[in-house]
Amino acid sequence: MEGRARVLGDDINTDYIITSRRKRESLDPQVLRQYIFEELDAGFAATVQSGDLIVAGHNFGCGSAMEVAVTALAGAGIRAVLARSFARTYYRNAVNNGLWPIVCDTRGIREGDRLRIETGCVRNLSNAQTIAIDPLPDVMREIIEAGGLAPYFRQYGGFRIGRPA
Amino acid sequence: MDARAGDVVVCRVDGALGTDGSTPMALDYFTAMGGAKVSDPRRIVFALDHYAPAPSRATAALHQRMREFAKQHQILLWEVGEGIGHQLIVESGRALPGGLVVGADSHAVTYGALNCFGTGIGSSDLAAILISGEIWLRVPESIRVTLTGRLPQSVYPKDIALELARRLGASGANYQSIEFCGDGAASLDLEDRLVLSNLSVEMGAKAGLFRADERTFEYLRGRTEARFEPAAPDGDAVYSRDIEIVLDELSPRVALPHQVDRVQPASDTGAVPVQMVYLGTCTGGRARDFHQARDILKAAGGVAAGVQLVVTPASREVLETIARDGTLADFIAMGAVIGTPGCGSCCGTCGAIPGDGVNVISTANRNFKGRMGNGSAFIYLASPATCAASAARGRITDAREILP
Repeated sequence: MEGRARVLGDDINTDYIITSRRKRESLDPQVLRQYIFEELDAGFAATVQSGDLIVAGHNFGCGSAMEVAVTALAGAGIRAVLARSFARTYYRNAVNNGLWPIVCDTRGIREGDRLRIETGCVRNLSNAQTIAIDPLPDVMREIIEAGGLAPYFRQYGGFRIGRPA
Repeated sequence: MDARAGDVVVCRVDGALGTDGSTPMALDYFTAMGGAKVSDPRRIVFALDHYAPAPSRATAALHQRMREFAKQHQILLWEVGEGIGHQLIVESGRALPGGLVVGADSHAVTYGALNCFGTGIGSSDLAAILISGEIWLRVPESIRVTLTGRLPQSVYPKDIALELARRLGASGANYQSIEFCGDGAASLDLEDRLVLSNLSVEMGAKAGLFRADERTFEYLRGRTEARFEPAAPDGDAVYSRDIEIVLDELSPRVALPHQVDRVQPASDTGAVPVQMVYLGTCTGGRARDFHQARDILKAAGGVAAGVQLVVTPASREVLETIARDGTLADFIAMGAVIGTPGCGSCCGTCGAIPGDGVNVISTANRNFKGRMGNGSAFIYLASPATCAASAARGRITDAREILP
């Protein structure tokens, strides 16, 4: 996976990703994508291109557990969020929707850098840095690779993990 | 089940809550997952609380959809006006010691006050539970918070929680559970414990657990006939961090816009004028919160000119209590706006929305920019007493200024 870095700060809460009042009127990711990050920068959504990668500091997705904060980004064509840490509900929701939550040291990444995500690391093609990625537990990898929890459930009919083989 | 921190396990839940903020999307996932039947409808409840009452045609349609699904699958649904789902889970005796009750809403951590592992989940998780009754969970590490001593006059559990937010920061408990213990924790009664458990998610915690004791059992008496088995830490439990808070030394606290961990003593805020004061939510919308606020307001002679006081009970039971004991009449006489029991203005989905440039002081749990529906307003968080003192003076005021 390769894309352009869109850099944000620490503690980006779900209301900043998409405000609660927008989801009152629609749950459609193609509608919501027009309003992502509007509390931080009203012009941001218009500059997002499919394939962009969100890059943040600590505690991305804190606050509400609302899942539109994941589906609105996925709807905008974003396939991964890189952050130093995530709030746990955002992390769960990302996994369950096939959006990669990548925990890594994002401090050296600048707005617009070209990033390539490989197994175990992120290569910053703009400054030739390589950043290690914390590995994802197997269950989460399985769900993401299935495309999210819905396709996973369709495929397996329920959870496969945590059971005697 | 024997599981250790870091293990990923699949658990059967004892209960799951879906709100109007999360369930409509869960029903989409339910369909996408190929769901036909709800595995155990008795374990599921729906609450119409975020849009109470529905402020638009689109949200009214969400309610209709939830009512139809609930009827079809024989799921209990709490109607508009019954209150906030978390409060109703607690009041109806569904959060039991040693249990696992999840909610498709982050403040499900509230159930930890009853020694019930309550945690927030998303809509897709809720859909998976509807189908299978199960959820995957990573076993969290634990932070031990020891509370010692007793709270001074006019200092409340909200002040403890804000002090903890200041020390831990908004991500200080990420992926971890908080366990509250010590003689100070044991001295808090159930309604006080709910405040601390509720706010634990603002530090990122997965759960905020108290030990079960006589106060827990007393609260549950008459609310449930079910048997339960409280959970307690192992004798050799390992904690990732230890924090001690001496209650006797605490003073009223305020969280400044726009972060819950920007906390300072209320007496240090300087002269910050307020135009709106909000009493309510799953943090500060219970009967005792309103009693504390009313006492301060009466002592101070009412609400200052130019301040809008909004009162939103957390549930109908709370509304009935304050109607019976005269508190509601006092608020009405002071010119308060009374909202429908539910989430109200907390996340800007319904209820009163502050105007541009308005300073709000609120008993809620979040003060993110835009949280109450206007990104140009400024939200301060404090205890019901400090909010009431601020309403009385028209500026942010330490509750001890009125009741020392």
